[in-house]
Amino acid sequence: MANALDPHAAIATVATGETDGTLRTADGKPLARALARSQTRARRRAFLLVLPLLAFIMLTFVVPIGQMLQRSFYNDGFSAHMPQLSQWFADHPRGTDPDDAAWAALAADLSAAAEARTIGIVGTRINYDVPGTRSLFTSTGRKARGGIEPPYREALLEMNDDWASPRLWSAMREASTPLTTNFYLASLDRTRNDAGEIVQVQERQRVYVMLFMRTFWLSLLITALTFILGFPIAHLLATLPMRRSNLLMILVLLPFWTSLLVRTTSWMVLLQQQGVINDILVWLGLIGNGQRLQMIYNQTGTIIAMTHILLPFMILPLYSVMRTINPSYVRAARSLGATSWTAFRRVYFPQTLPGLGAGALLVFILAVGYYITPALVGGSSGQLISNMIAMHMTDTLNWSMAAALASLLLAAVLILYWLYDRLVGIDNLKLG
Amino acid sequence: MRKLLTISTALGLLASPALADVNLLSWGGAYGNSHLQAYAKPFEAESGKKVHIADADNPATPIKAMVEAGNVSADVASVEYADAVRLCDEGLLETLDPAILSPAPDGTAATEDFIEGAITDCFVGTDVYSMVVAFDDSKFPDAKPASPADFFDTEAFPGKRTMRKGAKFNLEFALMADGVPAGEVYDTLATPEGVDRAFAKLDTIKNDVIWWEAGAQPPQLLADGEVTMAYAFNGRIFDAAQGEGKPFKIVWDGQIYEMEGWVIPKGAPNLEDAKAFITFSTATPNQARAAEFISYGPPRRSASAAVGNIEGTDVPMGPNLPTYEENMKNALGSNLDFWVDHDAELNERFNSWLAG
Repeated sequence: MANALDPHAAIATVATGETDGTLRTADGKPLARALARSQTRARRRAFLLVLPLLAFIMLTFVVPIGQMLQRSFYNDGFSAHMPQLSQWFADHPRGTDPDDAAWAALAADLSAAAEARTIGIVGTRINYDVPGTRSLFTSTGRKARGGIEPPYREALLEMNDDWASPRLWSAMREASTPLTTNFYLASLDRTRNDAGEIVQVQERQRVYVMLFMRTFWLSLLITALTFILGFPIAHLLATLPMRRSNLLMILVLLPFWTSLLVRTTSWMVLLQQQGVINDILVWLGLIGNGQRLQMIYNQTGTIIAMTHILLPFMILPLYSVMRTINPSYVRAARSLGATSWTAFRRVYFPQTLPGLGAGALLVFILAVGYYITPALVGGSSGQLISNMIAMHMTDTLNWSMAAALASLLLAAVLILYWLYDRLVGIDNLKLG
Repeated sequence: MRKLLTISTALGLLASPALADVNLLSWGGAYGNSHLQAYAKPFEAESGKKVHIADADNPATPIKAMVEAGNVSADVASVEYADAVRLCDEGLLETLDPAILSPAPDGTAATEDFIEGAITDCFVGTDVYSMVVAFDDSKFPDAKPASPADFFDTEAFPGKRTMRKGAKFNLEFALMADGVPAGEVYDTLATPEGVDRAFAKLDTIKNDVIWWEAGAQPPQLLADGEVTMAYAFNGRIFDAAQGEGKPFKIVWDGQIYEMEGWVIPKGAPNLEDAKAFITFSTATPNQARAAEFISYGPPRRSASAAVGNIEGTDVPMGPNLPTYEENMKNALGSNLDFWVDHDAELNERFNSWLAG
C-alpha cells in the first residue's frame, strides 16, 4: 500500500488507530523488530567486510601460533613410534621394574622403528631429557633392523649396556604419553630425576631463568630510558611552531624508516673499540690509546642500540597525546599560584599518561621479544631469551623447547598487560 | 589442525614464483653463487630443464617444516652433514642410491672416489669447509701465529679474538690448543673431565673474546681492527683476503672440517629431475668447477686434483682448500654423532658459562 519512505503514510498508519501502544513502521511492522532486522543486516555487512582480514589473521597468525604452542606440551615422538612399550608403561605403574614383556616390547618397537626410519624421531625425543641417548637408539636401530632374537634383555644389553639405565627407563616412561610438561620444566631450569621428582638442573646448566630475568630487567630499563629521552622531545614537538616541529618530526621519523639492520650496524661503527667515538675520545686526549672503552658486544651495546631503535615508539604516542593538551590548563594553574614544577607535576604530566602508557607498553613488549639487535651487538652479556628461542628453532631443531620458552614469554607479557589494565586501565591507552 | 596448517602454508606459498623443473634450496651469498654458476647454469644449458634457486638461512629448517606440513616445494636442498643425518633418521628425506652418481673420469666408481663418509643413505657431499684460525698479518710483524695454542696465548700474540657463539667447534678447538691430539679429541670430550678441561681452557681467554654469530662478522671484525685473530669459516676469510685484498692469513694446523651436500626432501615434486641434477652436479668436472668460485674443497678425490685457478685470476685455488694435502696434516673431522647427542646439553652449559 503506502510507500515506506512517505512520511504522510506513516502518520496515516498511526492515525488509523491501531492502539496496542507499539510503535510501527509505515507498513505496519513493529518498529523495534524492524530496527533489529536492519541492524542485523548492517552488522552482517560489516562482518562480511572484515571477513577477509579475519580469515587472513586466522590462517597466518592464530593457527600457526596455536600449532606452535601445542608443540610445547604435546610431543608424540616416542609414543607414536614405540606403541608396544608405551602400552606396557600404561599397564604398569611407576616403580615396576621392566620385566620380560617390557624388554620384548622394546625390542619389537626398536626393530619396527628402525625399519620405518622413525628411530631418529624416537631417539631425539628421549635425548631431550637424557642427553647422549640419541645415538643409543640409532646405533641399536641399525643393528636391530633384521629383528632381535630372544632373550631380549640380554640381546639389547649386549648391543649397549646403557639400556639398563634407570634414568633412561624413567625418561621413556615420561615420553610414553604425548602430553608432557618436561619442556616447560626445562625452560625453568628444572628436570626430573630417576624417581620422577622435579629437581633443579646442575648449576652449570642453569641458563633460562637467568635469561628471562635479564630480558625483563633490560626491557624495563630500555623502556625507562626511552621515556627519559623521549618525553622532552615529544614535548618540544608538540609545542614548537608547525614549521620547525615538522623539521624535528622528520628527524624522528627518518631513523624510524631506516632498516633495523642499518641502524644496528651504524652503532657498531660508532661504538666499537676502533670506532668513531673511541677515536674522538683518544684524539681529545680524554683516554689513552690503550684504554679504549668497550661499549659494544656487551650489555651496554644492547641497551644503547635498542634504546635508539625503540625511541620513536615512545615519542610518537606521547606526541599525539601532548598535541591535544590545552595549554590554558597549565596557564590557569600558574595564574592560581602554582610553581612551574607543581603545574607540570599536577596538571600537565597526568594528562600525558595515556600516551606514556601506550608508549611504555609498546616499547616494553617489543623489547621483550627483540632478537636481531642483541644477537649482533649483545656479545655474551647482552643475550636475551629470544636468542635462545632462535637457537632451538634453527640449530638444535628442538621446536618443542622453543615453543615452551616462547609460551612462557607470551604468558609473562599477558600477565604484565593484565597488571597494567588493573593498575592504570587499558581504556587510558591512547595511540593517537 | 594439520589440514589447516597445510592450507595456511599453501596460501603463503601462493606468492612464490611458479615451480621450476628443479627447485633448489641453497644458502645465498658467495656459496649460493657457486651453486648457481657451477651447477645450475651448466645443468640448464645441458638438459634444457629450468632450475629455480631459493635461499634460506639454513635449508634444514624449512625442510623440516615443509615435510611435516605435507607441502614440499623443494626438490634438492643443500644442508650440513649433521642436519642431513638427523633429518634422514627422522624419515624426512628420500633415500639416495649411490648408483646414480657418475664415476670418476678414469673409471673409478663414485663410492670409491668420494672421501669416507661423503655418501650416506640420504646424502651426497658437495664440498668440505672448515673452521680455521685466521689472523691479521699486519698486526704480527715478527712471529706469526701457527697453531691453536697460539690463539690462546695473548702474551705472545696480543689483541682481542673472535669466536663463534656456541659450543660446537670451540670445545674441540680448546682441547687441541690444550695439547690433545686430533685423534683423541672426541674421546676426551665424551668424559665430564674432558668437558671441564675444554671450558677451563676457554676461561683463559674469555675476557678477550668477541663472540660472532653471522659468518660475515669475523672478517669484518678483523678488517675493523677490533680483533687480531679470528676462529672462523675458511671461505669467509678467503673471500675477504682474495676479493678485498685484506692482509688475512689462515693457520691450517688444527682445522676442524665438515661437509655439506645435497639431500632430497621426502615428497619432492620432481624426484627424477632432482636425481638428474644431483648426478650432474656431483660429476668430477662440475665439482672441480664449483671449488673455483669458493674455497670449499670437493669431496671427490678426482675433483680435488682437477681444481683450476681462482675464478677470474691466474692464482691456483688448490692451496686454499681445506682438502689440500698440506692443509690436512693436523686436521679434525667434526664428529656428528657426538654433536647430535650432546648439542643441547653442551650449548646450555656454554650459554650458562658465557653469562656467568
